[in-house]
Amino acid sequence: MAKKAESSLKNMLLALTFIALAAGLALALVNNVTKGPIENVNKEKVAKAVAKVLPQHDKYTIDTVIVTTEKGDVKMARYTAVDANGNIVGKAIESFDPNGFGGKLSAMVGFDAEGNISGYEILASSETPGLGAKADKWFQKEGKGNVITMNPGANGLKVKKDGGDVDAITGSTITSRAFCRLVNTAFEAYNK
Amino acid sequence: MKASEIIKNGLIKENPTWVLVLGMCPTLATTTSAINGLCMGLATTFVLMMSNIVISLLKSVVPDKVRIPCFIVVIATFVTIVQMVMQGFLPSLFESLGLFIPLIVVNCIVLGRAEAFASKNNVWHSLLDGLFMGLGFTWALTLLGIVREALGAGTFFGNSFIGDADGMLLFILAPGGFICLGLLMALINHLRKA
Repeated sequence: MAKKAESSLKNMLLALTFIALAAGLALALVNNVTKGPIENVNKEKVAKAVAKVLPQHDKYTIDTVIVTTEKGDVKMARYTAVDANGNIVGKAIESFDPNGFGGKLSAMVGFDAEGNISGYEILASSETPGLGAKADKWFQKEGKGNVITMNPGANGLKVKKDGGDVDAITGSTITSRAFCRLVNTAFEAYNK
Repeated sequence: MKASEIIKNGLIKENPTWVLVLGMCPTLATTTSAINGLCMGLATTFVLMMSNIVISLLKSVVPDKVRIPCFIVVIATFVTIVQMVMQGFLPSLFESLGLFIPLIVVNCIVLGRAEAFASKNNVWHSLLDGLFMGLGFTWALTLLGIVREALGAGTFFGNSFIGDADGMLLFILAPGGFICLGLLMALINHLRKA
């Protein structure tokens, strides 16, 4: 076995400095390579979600709206879609609710020109697998708690337990409530 | 030490999960499905192999008193590389494992092998040790993932075999992880000693 370097102050400083520098350099190089793809992936994810939740459209523009919630004002990205003649066909909002069962639940919610829900896509969630995590399919058109074409209107979406029209996910009322709040927040952003 | 012995140690005799019982946090947390277990295992294998190589190369220039910070910097660098590459090129996988990738840094297997093996052996043996310890970890996680997914969701690598019925949710959740891990560990150690 090779002889170990002595633990003198000089050796320790040299070893740590050299290793930290080399690590920094390696990370900078890899970051250079992966920066582009990571940005593309994130952009694509948003573009895909927007395309999925909105009615047939030609193109969309992006702006930011400020919505007032119980937890204060939050900024949300809004994607306004227009057809070939420039008429607004719908808006998609990147909305979230901080109080899902496992934390923040965020989703892209689309509304058509009349304010009816045209689609949604869960973007990030930490809900329980097998229970709350079913939210990605449950509220879709084919799901058991279909909310597509519902209009939050003045009262907002509510689960049946709270006197609303939405069928909550079995065993996941908290997630379902968070989802309804998220859609209601999105609807407010839609109306701004 | 012979190469064949290192291979056998990693895969069976000193398997990090079943025998050394190291790195239980990622083991339980990521094995909700077979594919998650497999990918977590492979990501850890890569980090383990690379950090073992580098630490073995550096062993004579790193003074004893600062060896732990040096090892951690090396390991953290490789973990960050894995994370960035995965985020850029395998986004769907990154989403399901996201939180646990940075946690590979504190996985005791990685630091354990650096300390117990790579800092005392040559580069070739350290590489083998990292690779096969990693593969030992991988098959353990994959097996656990297969069992939990089959019982909990009724699927095998995402393909359902029970139709529309629901699985036993318990096995996807944390308590089921402990139950499966304990039973499998008992079974495998029984077979290993037989």
